[in-house]
Amino acid sequence: MAIDAEALSAGPPLRRARLSLSGLLWRRPWLKALALLTPPLAAFLIVYIGSLVALFVASFWTINSFTATLEHTWTLANYRLIFSSAQPYLHVAGLTLKVAALVTLVDIVLALPLAYFMARLASRRTRALLFVMVLLPLWSSYLVRIYAWQEILAHDGVINWALNGIGLPDTNLAYSNWAVGIVFAYVWLPFVVLPVYAALERIPSSYLEASADLGARSFKTLRSVILPLALPGIVAGSIFAFSLTLGDYITPLLVGGTHSDFIGIEVYRSIGSSNVPFAAAFAAIPMLIMGVYLLIARRLGAFEAI
Amino acid sequence: MSRIRKRHALAVVVLAAAVGALVVSAARIQAGNAATGVVTKIGKGEGRLNLVEWPYYSDKSFAKPFERQTGCIIHRKDAGTSGDMFSAMHANGGGGGGQWDLVSASGDASLRLIYAHDVKPIDIHLIPSWKDFIPVFKSPAHNTVNGQHYGVSVQWGPNTLIYNTKKVKPAPANWNLIYSKKYKGHVTIPNNPIQIADAALYLMKKKPSLGIKDPYELTQAQLTATVNLLKQQKPVLKRFWNYAPDEITSFKNGDVWLGAGWPYQTLQLQANKFPAKEIVPVPTTGWADTWMLASKAPHPNCALMWMKYVTTPKVEARQAYVFGETPVNPKACPYMNKIQKGLCNDYHLNEPGSYFKQIKFWKTPIPQCGWTKKQSCMDYNAWVQAWAQVTG
Repeated sequence: MAIDAEALSAGPPLRRARLSLSGLLWRRPWLKALALLTPPLAAFLIVYIGSLVALFVASFWTINSFTATLEHTWTLANYRLIFSSAQPYLHVAGLTLKVAALVTLVDIVLALPLAYFMARLASRRTRALLFVMVLLPLWSSYLVRIYAWQEILAHDGVINWALNGIGLPDTNLAYSNWAVGIVFAYVWLPFVVLPVYAALERIPSSYLEASADLGARSFKTLRSVILPLALPGIVAGSIFAFSLTLGDYITPLLVGGTHSDFIGIEVYRSIGSSNVPFAAAFAAIPMLIMGVYLLIARRLGAFEAI
Repeated sequence: MSRIRKRHALAVVVLAAAVGALVVSAARIQAGNAATGVVTKIGKGEGRLNLVEWPYYSDKSFAKPFERQTGCIIHRKDAGTSGDMFSAMHANGGGGGGQWDLVSASGDASLRLIYAHDVKPIDIHLIPSWKDFIPVFKSPAHNTVNGQHYGVSVQWGPNTLIYNTKKVKPAPANWNLIYSKKYKGHVTIPNNPIQIADAALYLMKKKPSLGIKDPYELTQAQLTATVNLLKQQKPVLKRFWNYAPDEITSFKNGDVWLGAGWPYQTLQLQANKFPAKEIVPVPTTGWADTWMLASKAPHPNCALMWMKYVTTPKVEARQAYVFGETPVNPKACPYMNKIQKGLCNDYHLNEPGSYFKQIKFWKTPIPQCGWTKKQSCMDYNAWVQAWAQVTG
């Protein structure tokens, strides 16, 4: 201790200041925590929460339809317009919700067996290969993949070409809500596979053996052991697929048909006519839906393992 | 422990206050407005020119010589739709945000930009070619308000009916086909509120009892009738196209056989050896683009030099060829024919004055009705909502 004290007083001023700072941080641990947490917390509050608050506040303003300037008078007009029966906005929200739920369901059904195979059955090499295949699409632009789907689903596209080849009639998939659903299910699939895989991989083999030893058949093991333990992963994946669908506008814009107005498109269009307050009000709907969704997920115990 | 928590709570409160302050100050900036002043002389170039434009609107083939001549180096922001264009100019406090100098606004955005004070008037006599323009483009309603010119007209084009010559037989003669069931499920129209005007123009002739005088100046009753027509048309459609290349794709892939579009798309299809042709059924709607000066333009001299440059006959001809549209300056005609034989005729630049009376050029709907002198017309916001009723 004596040597330390000597070093403290004898060193050059900069070094002394550094040592006294570290001493202070050691004596007051909360100061250290504060220094460490302030930058990420500030980013979180200002960039993340701040923009959400700004959005919510703006949704109660309106614009002058002549000059497109913001008018800072508090009004519920934007929300009233959304719920007005003359406008199709509620229908749009309902359609978006329906497609998002279906896409999520399809992705879970596709992801579960794939993730199970990858986590528990595949050899190390096969697993690596499958991982590459799941992640490969994410290396290319999302826009390019949607345009590729345009070509696949088109009237003179790959699907109809293959169907005609085996003597079947054309499908009419291009520019429809089916096309939108298929493309959504495709682009979000990696985001569902990965968390489900992570959850399945964490289940100890001994649990499955114990289940078998106690006489459970494979279906019973799946239902009573694997699925409950994989639930946090499934819910995490579903949050990705569901929320990404709720907010997207590019997919319906490019592959949608004449009945493919989604929440994202209405928001995009409002920004284009400079009606930011209305866009903000409309954007509050997916936030509300996600809130309800997360509450239900919590009820199901999805967050207990986190 | 509780002291630590309290201090943390304090930090959170401080941060929340900072967020609040940010929100409020951002709102203040939004509310600000730019002063306007008309420049009467082109000064020394600022060395830079920032454009918000349709993709390739300032094509390098004629932009490079300009940069060499003036030293104004061009920086571009592409806008895919009129909405994108308007929001780019209106962002960051409006007037181009102090970042953009010029915007190549079409008629469905230009009046909005004027009334939002995002663009400012210019002294039109600084543009020598202006006196040669086709008369309708000298002081058109979509860029000239109360005798003030908010920029200079640059190019125009009619909205055309494009069709697949192998599938659509006999060739269409007017707009009726896109409202009829004959090619059900193979028709496309633009996803743009201004498309309401096309339907209104159709109703002008079909249902004179509605009393539509101008397809861009509709009363509530006329707008409702037009929206009803568009709703009836919906089952006939395959899709609404959003970006110009999308319509080309839909034709090429066999999903769409006929639709409303622009000469640019027909040219692209024909360049790809696709059996597409277009007609310009009259009367029709059309668009005209204006280079408009941002009210907070940081490089006004370069901007005015650009306006002067792009309206000269040779550059007009070049741009028409590259972009697939028609010059406003008829002196471009011989230069067009030099680039490609018959180009001037193909693009209708040598039409008589009566031809232009048949084309109703895009203009932003405003409450002021020219034909009744009353504030009884539906404004652009109402059109946007009406369009949502069609597409939703």
